[in-house]
Amino acid sequence: MLEIRGLTRRFGGLTAVDTVDLDVAEHEFVSIIGPNGAGKTTLFNLVTGLDDADAGTVRLEGRDVSGLTPEKLAALGVARTFQHGRVFANLSVLDNILVGAHVRFKSVRPAWSGPLSLLEPFAELALALIRPGKVKAEEAQMREEALAILGRFGGRLLPRRDNPAYSLSYANRRRVEIGRALALGPRLLMLDEPTAGMNQTETAEMQQLIGDLKKTGLTIVLIEHKLDMVMQLSDRVVVMDEGHVIASGKPAEVRNDPKVIEAYLGHHRAERAPVEEAAE
Amino acid sequence: MSSWIDYTVNGIIIGNIYALLAVGLALIFGVSRLINFAHGSVYVVGAYAGFLAVTYLDTPLPVTIAVVVVVGALLGLVIERFGLRPLQGYAHIAPLLATIGISFVLDQLVQLFFKPDPRALPSPLLDIRFKVGSGTIGALDLVIAGIGLASAGLLYYFLRFTRLGWAVRATAQDRDAAQQMGVDVNAVNRAVFAIASGLGAVSGLLVGMYYNYIDPSMSFQATLKGVVAQVVGGVGNVPGAIVGSLLLGLVESYGIALFGTSYRNLFAFVLLVIVLVWRPNGLFASKRQTPPEPMTGTFIAPSKPIQIPGKVLAGAAAVAALVPLVFPHPYVLQTLINSWLYALLGLSLTLIAGTVGLVSLGHAALLAIGGYSSALLAINCGVPVGLAILSAGLIAAFLGTVLVFPSFRLRGHYLSIATLAIGEIVSLVILNWEWLTRGPIGVSGIPSLSLFGIELDTDRSVYWFTLGVLAVLAALQFRLLGSHLGRVLRAVRDDDVAARSYGIRLDRYKALAFAVGSFAAGVSGAITSHIYSYINHETFNAQLSILALTIVILGGMGNVTGAIVGSVLLVGLPEVFRVAAEYRVLIYGLVLLLLVRFRPQGLLGTV
Repeated sequence: MLEIRGLTRRFGGLTAVDTVDLDVAEHEFVSIIGPNGAGKTTLFNLVTGLDDADAGTVRLEGRDVSGLTPEKLAALGVARTFQHGRVFANLSVLDNILVGAHVRFKSVRPAWSGPLSLLEPFAELALALIRPGKVKAEEAQMREEALAILGRFGGRLLPRRDNPAYSLSYANRRRVEIGRALALGPRLLMLDEPTAGMNQTETAEMQQLIGDLKKTGLTIVLIEHKLDMVMQLSDRVVVMDEGHVIASGKPAEVRNDPKVIEAYLGHHRAERAPVEEAAE
Repeated sequence: MSSWIDYTVNGIIIGNIYALLAVGLALIFGVSRLINFAHGSVYVVGAYAGFLAVTYLDTPLPVTIAVVVVVGALLGLVIERFGLRPLQGYAHIAPLLATIGISFVLDQLVQLFFKPDPRALPSPLLDIRFKVGSGTIGALDLVIAGIGLASAGLLYYFLRFTRLGWAVRATAQDRDAAQQMGVDVNAVNRAVFAIASGLGAVSGLLVGMYYNYIDPSMSFQATLKGVVAQVVGGVGNVPGAIVGSLLLGLVESYGIALFGTSYRNLFAFVLLVIVLVWRPNGLFASKRQTPPEPMTGTFIAPSKPIQIPGKVLAGAAAVAALVPLVFPHPYVLQTLINSWLYALLGLSLTLIAGTVGLVSLGHAALLAIGGYSSALLAINCGVPVGLAILSAGLIAAFLGTVLVFPSFRLRGHYLSIATLAIGEIVSLVILNWEWLTRGPIGVSGIPSLSLFGIELDTDRSVYWFTLGVLAVLAALQFRLLGSHLGRVLRAVRDDDVAARSYGIRLDRYKALAFAVGSFAAGVSGAITSHIYSYINHETFNAQLSILALTIVILGGMGNVTGAIVGSVLLVGLPEVFRVAAEYRVLIYGLVLLLLVRFRPQGLLGTV
């Protein structure tokens, strides 16, 4: 499904992502772990088009998508969440989810080819103002689906659906982000530390939700520091350090890989190695 | 002046004067990431302080300069105290808007004290000119060059060898780190504002002596020139600002030599837009350099908008429609007609600056495009007035969007500056494109309003017409905001990166919002031209752009009802209380300043 070959990104003298190869099969759940600054988020940015690689290719379902804009990648079914949370602060919770579904609005966003495509925005404007039955039905259906997505988060978001996102707690904002990503109807879901800043209960709840998503057969790439969760959810774990992939395999294999232990210990001498912690 | 040497000397001298302004702007941007729009006011105050000293105290040149520096520095401290310090932690655009407010207040105070008429500021130096090749250099030229060099030298010494200078450089590099290392950032800001304003004030004095002419309206152009020079050299880059200033001076001087005086500013602004769009880090930044901090320019204060039920709005519209029957007084009607016309402008800007987050500072240009289009279509082509107004709206939508489109990639301050420059360019093109626009003479004999062949020749009919247009466009805008487009536009404003990641093509939706907004502004300008029957390139001046922004912030960004309420309050109320025109601008400045500080979400809240 996703094939990354020789992907490289340099910032000045620093090579944040260094000739990374990575494959994700359809329906697979792959986690990327590694110390801070290992290049995980940069890799996400490269795959989702927010940053341009200096070298290497990314293929999605066999198609070369290197250098495509984030807009095009979204239309191809790549959805992501952001490490530090990027909800639309002044939009209501429900509107945030509906923006996630933007690429699926077809009736109101006519797609024409050739020179006619210049007229698309005018058609979109006219349809938004006139709102023929088809457009109304589409909006209503998307709303239904958005409410169903909110329902997945139990009582966390549904009662707050009309509240602006800035008024939510940090954990709820992360939930809105995941809901927004689901609304895109993703072929590939990329989650960047979805449980960052959450307490244990919230983390467990999130793990449950992501586990449910996995069961639906969705292809998921997860960046996460909480290794308990990684080990339980992942089909495969990829370990990055200083821009390189240093290990890759089933959770049990990676857990005992000396290189991985060294990477963690080498960077966090003062702390207990999280890999060991997870292994206990 | 005839020789190239003369033009070169003139360019370098003007460049020196710009450099005194631009260096200050660069210093201020360096430590506070603020483009100080009150800088031109400091320059004007400097010029007038020099004028007072020379005229009434008969001071010799060195003393005059000292007086001007002190006055400028004190003023700089005041600007820092009211424009910057209280707004720390606010949206990045807030201090910028505050300095616009301060500049309105200062300029207007100068105008109230000294009257708007120009004054002579004689140079105390003998008019000696030295022959250099085929040209000449005057004594004042040498003095200006000397002051420029001396200031640069002093500044270099200060930044390089004094403790406060180190603190300034440290703060410019990393404000938070400097603060944690014990640098008193407020003291640095004060020092920088004082130095920058001292230099800016001297610049005003020198310009006054160079042309032997000062007037209060020099302020705005001075700010713009300083900003142009600074952007060309790289924002916040002090040596770059000096080079940019000299370059700007030379480009202007040669431009005048080749095309004539009225093109002078056109070159400056075209240069600015080109640099902004193609080299946003300035001409001298290496490509690998990280761009200046991306400033999300949206002025969005989180707030829940006050919900006004549709029935209440419909009721208010009905009451407004009944006014001519209840109070048929022409003064009341004309005041309200004016309010409705500004409300149209407010609708336009609240969509563009509020809903989609493009804080335009050149909105008056859309009025001008609309006004001229409608007037010229009606006069030259005999188009019926109703159709001309509609066409003018469409022309404004098209031209406005096409002109601003290249700037859509800019963010925050940069987009605002680009729109400001584009606004000036439109006004200068109108001035210079004589065969079409009749240049400085303006367009007269514009037919009065009529619809389907029926003359709207009473105040009452004009009132209903403008109110009707406003009601229709406001209703359409409500419908737009309620559709998926409202959602998408607000998402673009709140977080453009996340919006792109969800498939939203930014250019397309920014253009869409800009086109819809420009239509309303174009219609407003068109109706205005038919009511006035005469317009020229100054009818829709840059002050209107700022008034429009104040209306929008007062009502609440993106808030349709707010735009109408803001317009009635800011345009209608002063008229009802018969506030004299010169105090009005003062009020607009104060309102803007207070709003930014105390109620950034406006009266009705951000939508």
